[in-house]
Amino acid sequence: MITPSEVEKIRAEFPMLSTKVHGHPLVYLDNAATTHKPRAVIERIRQFESEQYATVRRGSYTLGEEATEMFEGVRKKVQVFIGAKDHREIIFTSGATQSINLVANSFGRTFIGAGDEIVISHMEHHANLVPWQLLCLEKGCVLKVIPVSDSGELEMEAFKKLLGPKTKLVAVTHSSNVLGTINPVKEIARLAHAAGAKVLVDGAQSVPHTKIDVQDIDCDFLAFSSHKMYGPSGVGVLYGKYAVLETMPPYVAGGDMINSVTIERTTFAKPPGRFEAGTPPISQVIGLGAAVDFLTGIGMERIFEYEKSLLEYGTKVLSGIEGLRIIGTAPHKAAIISFWLEAAHPHDVITIIDREGIAVRGGHHCAQPVMARFGVPATTRASLSFYNKPEEIDLLAGALKKVIQVFG
Amino acid sequence: MSYQSDLYQQVILDHNKNPRNFREIEGHSHSCDGHNPLCGDKIHIHMKLNDGGTIEDIAFSGSGCAISKASASMMTVNVKGKSVDEAKVMFDEFHKMVTGEFEPQPGKHHLGKLTIFQGVREFPSRIKCASLAWHTLVCALDKTGETTME
Repeated sequence: MITPSEVEKIRAEFPMLSTKVHGHPLVYLDNAATTHKPRAVIERIRQFESEQYATVRRGSYTLGEEATEMFEGVRKKVQVFIGAKDHREIIFTSGATQSINLVANSFGRTFIGAGDEIVISHMEHHANLVPWQLLCLEKGCVLKVIPVSDSGELEMEAFKKLLGPKTKLVAVTHSSNVLGTINPVKEIARLAHAAGAKVLVDGAQSVPHTKIDVQDIDCDFLAFSSHKMYGPSGVGVLYGKYAVLETMPPYVAGGDMINSVTIERTTFAKPPGRFEAGTPPISQVIGLGAAVDFLTGIGMERIFEYEKSLLEYGTKVLSGIEGLRIIGTAPHKAAIISFWLEAAHPHDVITIIDREGIAVRGGHHCAQPVMARFGVPATTRASLSFYNKPEEIDLLAGALKKVIQVFG
Repeated sequence: MSYQSDLYQQVILDHNKNPRNFREIEGHSHSCDGHNPLCGDKIHIHMKLNDGGTIEDIAFSGSGCAISKASASMMTVNVKGKSVDEAKVMFDEFHKMVTGEFEPQPGKHHLGKLTIFQGVREFPSRIKCASLAWHTLVCALDKTGETTME
């Protein structure tokens, strides 16, 4: 378990955490939106850009070769980090959103046709809903939706009934960005595969917070973003089983994704190159590598365990506030607490507690169907990280009590 | 900058808690649904204009934060009995006031008590909350049916 003194040491690694907002030390509880960067990431990018920078996979001059080696080294780090079999199964994208769009446009447009079915859940982020809606509009395929229980869990019996010979893909989130629920993706993959469907897991909220083993989960795709795992923004990852990636056509065309090009005809590179047209976000990938090292240094199991204890403490403290209803009460949860306060709308909550230096998110969290399911227009959401302390939850609770006073 | 003295003043808190004209108007002559996709706030405006072009009755419904609700409530109170042209002048002044382009000087504006929303300009993320009702009003007057805050 990460000890309080270790948390202080970790916090000292994050320069943003010592900033002040409206004269108060920043209490940052919006980690599901984006996370701050440790010195190791900031310094690695600075060093790369000031001492080692060159483009990758092109020139054969020394700097270019060295940069390529470092860049490809990150691919191997990510492979190990998520337990992939082969480094060629790691595709760098601009983020989880693009990763999912890649699957929708390449795999989806090739293998999903009229009358075919895609199963998603009622707790998806818009990024794992809208690409499938667009595909269905174009191809005439049908979206099926796994219902969510009152506590915020997937209705697994209903899911089994949705699967059938027409199911081509099951695309579900590993962990809900609103409810916090950790879904049984391994079981989902087993059932989907038995029905002959492929499985995409949206790992944007799980990869930064728990140990991932894609071979154990046995998903065909996993999408996640660097900026939610203490790395830079602008880069993300799509993991895909190599055998599946090999069957998929390119999604974005251009330089770097080809084998040979004549005016008449182009043959495409093998994955992952086939899916990485254009100059990639080089420095960002290097920064992501430093973030992976940083997380591995602390240990994902220890991170999960500590954040779980924070979640338990936060749930206890916040449930003690009168008129506060927590939305998402599944037994198996990531450290996200969404709530509705009787006294004030989330936007008013945010504005008032922001003046105390507390950053939480209020709104629909790009998950409007979840809001509709739980009958609220918006929620306030505190999402925790291993760099948060129980004292920060106390500050949040104190600020919420002030909100209640203002609105009387 | 204090949120209580500049944004959440008593008048605004009161209109949030007890919104005026919070209802629908049967047989309305004009209406519009306003929507802020960023935060999900929704507001419906119903109006009855008489032949002379005066706003005889105006009401709102929907859901939103305290600022958007109070702004809608105070707007209905202040535009009732005004002509379409007067209402549009008020919209223009209100919009410019909350975005910081207009300083209402005593005797030289048409906003009445609505100047209480002047403090919103210090909270950039909340300007759209205050102006949603007004954009919806203009939409209803122009009979365009639906408006989205961009």
